[in-house]
Amino acid sequence: MTEPTAVALDGATVAFRLADGRVYTAVEQANLAVDHGEFVAIVGPTGCGKSTLLNVTAGLLKPAAGTARIFDKPLNGLNRDAGYLFQADALFPWKTAIDNVAIGLEIRGTPRADALARAQKWLTSVGLGAFAGRYPHMLSGGQRKRVALAQVLIRDPKILLMDEPFGPLDAQTRQIMGNLLLELWTADRKAVLFVTHDLEEAIALADRVVIMSAGPSARIIGDWRITLPRPRDIAEIRMEKDFHALHREIWGVLKDEVMKGYVQSTQAGAA
Amino acid sequence: MSRITLLSLQVLVAVATLALWQFFSTVPVFGKVLLPPFFFSNPVDVFSQIVKWFSTGVIWKHLAITLWESILAFVIGSAGGILVGFWFARQPRVAAVFDPYVKMVNALPRVVLAPIFALWFGLGVWSKVALGVTLVFFIVFFNVYQGVKEVPTTVLDNGRMLGMNERQLMRHVYWPSALSWMFSSLHTSVGFAVVGAVVGEYLGSAAALAI
Repeated sequence: MTEPTAVALDGATVAFRLADGRVYTAVEQANLAVDHGEFVAIVGPTGCGKSTLLNVTAGLLKPAAGTARIFDKPLNGLNRDAGYLFQADALFPWKTAIDNVAIGLEIRGTPRADALARAQKWLTSVGLGAFAGRYPHMLSGGQRKRVALAQVLIRDPKILLMDEPFGPLDAQTRQIMGNLLLELWTADRKAVLFVTHDLEEAIALADRVVIMSAGPSARIIGDWRITLPRPRDIAEIRMEKDFHALHREIWGVLKDEVMKGYVQSTQAGAA
Repeated sequence: MSRITLLSLQVLVAVATLALWQFFSTVPVFGKVLLPPFFFSNPVDVFSQIVKWFSTGVIWKHLAITLWESILAFVIGSAGGILVGFWFARQPRVAAVFDPYVKMVNALPRVVLAPIFALWFGLGVWSKVALGVTLVFFIVFFNVYQGVKEVPTTVLDNGRMLGMNERQLMRHVYWPSALSWMFSSLHTSVGFAVVGAVVGEYLGSAAALAI
């Protein structure tokens, strides 16, 4: 492997100061490496700090201890090599779909006509060529995710960070979006860090599935290589025998953590 | 209810009100006019007076002055509100220090300032503009402040991750957000600009719509 590791977290610990002055450790001593062109999914129970880890990689959060290295350079400030697909709607509501996609190029100084032409191409490749003039509120949830995907990918980031991007969508739309993502990713392999709470989605999409323990002080407790053949179809791969075997194996570890996470979340609510 | 029925009922309310007004101010009930003509005019007189103003053309000069006062109040008040709103929203410490005073001044009924403004700025245009500005400023200020503050963190983070610097965030995120809040409050702020002008005119002026 000649390419340097795309993302390397070494002993990353993230802590927050709570309103009452106590320190809450979200993630402790996380070691994670994502190779160039590798698709890694992080799965863990609710509130385990998966998104926190992603924000550290994006440079939106500074780890309290440990380091984050991007292509072998220590991360300082925002991660300029990364594109971030957020869980919540992050499109600019005052811009049309095409302007939302083009903005990443425009702020770089690309001439507007040029940026718009490329944005139109990207909208077409996510299946929204005819919706260029719509504002986000005129699009469905799935369509907004497509625009967001085009918005991120048009900048051609080397690393793609995704925080439960398809979480709010219905089951069928999720599968369609998953297949679209795989199709785009196969055409141009980027390092992907994909956070989800859905183990099936993780196995269907990723090269590797990383499991986190329940928070607080969540740790990475498992790392599985998913050897299922590509190209994959998200809907159909779930019927395969190998898929079931992997799912059973990983779920055996994840299940306990999910229960722990559930108990902790109910206790935190009572305290 | 169909559109036409609704519309005709709405018109009916206006007609009935005017008819009642005309009736009570001109026709004696039990030997007495209930709305004495000294205090209450009647719709027919009001209407003919308005027609006379427009047909002779005297109204235009007064309309123009009131309009001019309202426009000045709106423009100056908005500009101030935008500037201070942005400044406070981007400097939380400044906003925290000034917060109680902003609330105090905003709680003050602005109409009580009108006589003071008349003393300071005279009976001309500027005393009315000053009153209008104090009304418009706070509406615009609060909306811009809110608009900048209420940008969702995700949208802001998205802007940053897409590579925006502070200036670009201002132009593509904060400004449009503040603007959308401002536009939604436009009918109140324009209305208050006119209120400022008219109330100022009531208190004394050389030429205006309200006299």
